[in-house]
Amino acid sequence: MRYLIGILLLLLLVLHQDNWFWEDDTLVFGFIPIGLFYHACISVAASVTWFLATKFAWPHGLSDGAETSQQGSNT
Amino acid sequence: MTQLVIIVAYLGLLLLLGLGASLLFRGTSKDYLLASHSIGPFLLLMSLFGTTMTAFALVGSSGEAFKEGIGVYGMLASSSGIIHSLCFFVLGIKLWSWGHRFGYTTQIQFFRDRLQNDGIGLLLFPIIVGLVIPYLLIGVISSGVVIQSMTGGAFPELFPTSNPGTNGGVPPWIGSLVICCIVLAYVFFGGMRGTAWANAFQTIVFMVLGIVAFYVIAMKLGGQPTFLENLRVCSDAVAHDKVSRIDMSKTKFLTYLLVPLSVGMFPHLFQHWLTAKSASSFKLPIVAHPVFIMIVWVPCVLIGIWATTSLVPGKPPLPKIPGTDIVNANAILPFLVKTQTSALLGGFLTAGILAAIMSSLDSQFLCLGTIFTGDIVGHYVGNDRLTDRKKIWLARVFVTAIVAVTYGLSLLPQRSVFGMGVWCFSGFASLFPLVLAAVYWRRLTAAGAYASVLTMIVTWFVLFRQSGFGHHRSFTVDIPVGGVTYETMPVLTIFVASAVALVLVSLVTRPPDERTLARFFGTK
Repeated sequence: MRYLIGILLLLLLVLHQDNWFWEDDTLVFGFIPIGLFYHACISVAASVTWFLATKFAWPHGLSDGAETSQQGSNT
Repeated sequence: MTQLVIIVAYLGLLLLLGLGASLLFRGTSKDYLLASHSIGPFLLLMSLFGTTMTAFALVGSSGEAFKEGIGVYGMLASSSGIIHSLCFFVLGIKLWSWGHRFGYTTQIQFFRDRLQNDGIGLLLFPIIVGLVIPYLLIGVISSGVVIQSMTGGAFPELFPTSNPGTNGGVPPWIGSLVICCIVLAYVFFGGMRGTAWANAFQTIVFMVLGIVAFYVIAMKLGGQPTFLENLRVCSDAVAHDKVSRIDMSKTKFLTYLLVPLSVGMFPHLFQHWLTAKSASSFKLPIVAHPVFIMIVWVPCVLIGIWATTSLVPGKPPLPKIPGTDIVNANAILPFLVKTQTSALLGGFLTAGILAAIMSSLDSQFLCLGTIFTGDIVGHYVGNDRLTDRKKIWLARVFVTAIVAVTYGLSLLPQRSVFGMGVWCFSGFASLFPLVLAAVYWRRLTAAGAYASVLTMIVTWFVLFRQSGFGHHRSFTVDIPVGGVTYETMPVLTIFVASAVALVLVSLVTRPPDERTLARFFGTK
């Protein structure tokens, strides 16, 4: 599943470079320029991807802080 | 005058909130600097978002859209939505976990411990402080400018100026001083908990007021009976170059993707990460951050492109940069709010802009105070020799000193500080390979870290010098390939040089001690 999230993320970064809408001045719903609308959708897609990441690729074995040492503060 | 009353009331409320947070203070340095790792998902989301969204999110986004068109959203906002959450996910959780286990309060403690090297702290310290200070200055100066322009006309006899837009407004030196004092007060008494509470409150304020301003400005500029009709009328009037990216370089847009990686090395964000109650507290910020950016930026970008149309009345004229005939893009939003909305909303929106500024300033002040306390005094005097009470007071003294120095610097003539913004971000972004390698690459060595940081400094300085020390605002590194020249952001060159130096020098130097690696990564 981690690989799938990684692929989704890479896809998002590729889709971010939307050369295909570069010179398009269409107004979606009559008021949002398509280049702006597309990137607003990228923002929503980013949230969805990160939601999937927190559901299926959450790191395991993290410290819960129960064993706090002073090592760091002494260095 | 109405604006001034609302600003004063807002600042008073903020002060009360900060002082209220101090009532929960547990009297330990861990509580003062890290809120005792007690920050849950909602407060973490609001404080991370409020800290990363500076005044630039409201004022700069509309200003940049006015100059460059809608492309600024993809370049600065949707890219940040992806990359910021990436940093929270890939670095934040891991660093929180180690910070919790080993008792870190600052990045430098982490790097010293991870690389088992004292000198890396001394090398990073001036770089981190040096890159944060211009960032702080932008906030302090902006707050004074915003207060002056929004209170223009209130005291014409007391504060006369030759500029009709600012005549009678509270002068920047007073506005900036008040903002510094307010932030200092709630950081001084409330520490990290006060900062987190204030950030959450201020983030809600600037998000809500941004949307309200958008609605009111659209209704006023369009002149139609319904909101949707007004949106259509306003956007219809915008020229082709502003609703497309016809004038924007594609490679510049692409390479700008590296700039938001700066979040991975911001020292104030590191400190915020450590405040989390549990690893799960990160889930909400990671998921909601991109959408929050969209909520703030889309309305501001639309306002910015609408300001380029003939729908904006010719009188009063758009604000100009003093001494020139160039429109001051960063004053577009305050100008529209002032001329197109009521004094009441104007006051509230000013409070919203100040909220965005202060929600970044507070974390940066506290973080620099923490670095001085923990990484310099604590480290060299000995943390064991300092009582908790002494550590808290040292942090307070340092925070006060940093506020005073920043305020003093803000009074000097500032011609290039605004041009410094992207350079500070590029510097931090180019340290990203270092933090990523420290978290995931067992083979990273202290020598590799030195090489990476020193390469970053040298490349950064060479390019910064070539840009006329930030004066050439649209400076790019042009790469000719097959007869075509590609414009790239300077961050690409600095980032690649820093990453290559890190890898090569790490590979040719002695591998790190297995015992240290086992502490961080477990045994192979």
